[in-house]
Amino acid sequence: MANILLREKDIPGIGQYDTYVQHGGYDGLKKALGMKPDEVIQVVKDSNLRGRGGAGFPTGMKWSFVPKTEGPKYITVNADESEPGTFKDRQILEYNFQQLLEGSLICAYAVQASAVYIYARGEFWDIGPHMEAEIEKARKAGWVGQNIGGSGWGCEVYVHLGAGAYICGEESALLNSIEGKLGQPRVRPPFPAVAGLYARPTVINNVETLANVPQIIVQGAAWFKSIGTEKSPGPKIFCMSGHIEKPGNYEFPLGLTFRQLIEAAGGVRGGKKLKAILPSGASGPLLPATDKVLDTALTYEDVAALGSVLGSASVIILDESTDMVWATLKMARFFKHESCGKCTPCREGTYWLLKRLEAIYAKKATPADVQLIEDVAKQMQGKSLCALGDFATSPVMSALKYWRDEFLAYTQPQKPAPAKAGKDKVVAGGD
Amino acid sequence: MLAEKYQERIEKIFAKYPDKRSAIMPLLYVAQEAYGWISPEAINEVAALCQIDPTQVKSIAGFYTMFRETPKGKYWLQVCNDLPCALRGADQFYQELLDYLGIKDGETTADGVFTVEHVMCLAACDKAPMLQCNFHFHENLTMETMKALIEQWRAEAKAAQGK
Ligand SMILES: Cc1cc2nc3c(=O)[nH]c(=O)nc-3n(C[C@H](O)[C@H](O)[C@H](O)COP(=O)(O)O)c2cc1C
Ligand code: SF4
Ligand code: FES
Repeated sequence: MANILLREKDIPGIGQYDTYVQHGGYDGLKKALGMKPDEVIQVVKDSNLRGRGGAGFPTGMKWSFVPKTEGPKYITVNADESEPGTFKDRQILEYNFQQLLEGSLICAYAVQASAVYIYARGEFWDIGPHMEAEIEKARKAGWVGQNIGGSGWGCEVYVHLGAGAYICGEESALLNSIEGKLGQPRVRPPFPAVAGLYARPTVINNVETLANVPQIIVQGAAWFKSIGTEKSPGPKIFCMSGHIEKPGNYEFPLGLTFRQLIEAAGGVRGGKKLKAILPSGASGPLLPATDKVLDTALTYEDVAALGSVLGSASVIILDESTDMVWATLKMARFFKHESCGKCTPCREGTYWLLKRLEAIYAKKATPADVQLIEDVAKQMQGKSLCALGDFATSPVMSALKYWRDEFLAYTQPQKPAPAKAGKDKVVAGGD
Repeated sequence: MLAEKYQERIEKIFAKYPDKRSAIMPLLYVAQEAYGWISPEAINEVAALCQIDPTQVKSIAGFYTMFRETPKGKYWLQVCNDLPCALRGADQFYQELLDYLGIKDGETTADGVFTVEHVMCLAACDKAPMLQCNFHFHENLTMETMKALIEQWRAEAKAAQGK
């Protein structure tokens, strides 16, 4: 099947305006402009498209929450892409940007927004000028600015670069970041659909989510639903990294199995045995390489039934040589660094998880410390303002669930004197 | 002064947002380009442009990893050694790079040419080992190609000094 998202694999240069238009580009927006905004939302609702940024929220429903009030409304495109193991949005921005732009404009028309802000992580620095140039080409063609396609409706598109903070991918932190405030999450309600960017109604969608939209409008909801499974329709990009023969992005209809996906990416590197899979970067629980897991379909509901999440489908492969204590420590380091420090359970919890895991890995801990990290993780769950506080517990909890022995093997029955725990200083922020 | 030197760019930035405060991050990037780091005068100038208290600008600069709060080497190397890259040899690569330059994690070489740090995932995990040098990505590195890059940058730094 031809790629729907990674189209440059079939049509080189599709990211350039001229090539894009030669291959049906902007047919979706043209068609949408001939429909009522509500009809556009209904098609996206009917397609059952679910958000590709991690949470899998139904996209059409999200759009329908935007009130029909007068005054500015905004679309923010989430291109912060900072989850370890995730590199799909970057490929769309670099090689299929016009499709994202068209999708964003269709979304903007559907909720009658006046501006689109593309929030790209600062490290996408080199892609910034490309995006700006392509936006200008679309503007010259009449797709950006006033009276788009003669519809009377107008919309601006801007690129805003982040500056290195995972938390800014969280939607409310992203809004604060654009507003020039600290990139920390907001207390909800109010939800962004009602009071988002500059306290105006706002839709926040992931890059890949919006890149699906033009073809949904052109080919219809039924077409989209014919791809993938009933509850998880559509194509999906799977980011394959870690111990895999051919790392990279792979597009498939949702619903293929882990086994098929790993085979498509050339199998485990060096013919080694598979040990574990992280289906959704560092934020989703680890899964052991059992037949049951390998034969599970990659859909939102099937991966959830295994006790993990499909999330952004950034699949990290761990082979038999992987030390699970080391891998868990790496992820603990990530979350400690990225906790924004706003709430105590997450700020202190990520600190303690890291410190105790370091002690375990340095063989300076007792079995009680293994219990301690589990207790700390449990204490953090459900107590934080945003999902990062929970994400931070999932590597620890899942690693202990399946590989507790490996942690215990690092410990000594007696703690070497003097006792360390009480002496460690609790510091906020930093690494 | 940023306001004069970058007038056109600054006007373009302000035109993007309904609120002056939103210009803080883009202006910090401009200031960093002008001064090489987010110096106290950079903070003050950005604050004046956005009509906001300098302490607020400082807290924004401190929140993000891409703003340099202290002067760095001419080439600022940020090597990813997060889990996916580390599964493909990034830790070893990072250590070898540090050894080659004779410095430790986070340090700057005595000649002020290189600063080397480790960073979290840069969305290039399929092309590990990789790094970002002054915001440009270099991917699928080996110590061979890395050494060649280092020598190229060293020569460029020397040539720039000679001018
Ligand atoms: C800590 C954290 C980081 C996140 N990072 C991203 C990200 O980089 N990109 C993204 O699209 N969504 C990210 N999300 C999810 C967003 O909050 C939001 O759900 C998403 O952008 C909505 O778009 P979608 O419905 O199209 O998926 C993150 C969430 C959390 C809690
Ligand atoms: S859970 Fe963590 S990252 Fe989220 S708001 Fe609280 S401190 Fe910040
Ligand atoms: S882990 Fe290094 S780029 Fe993702």
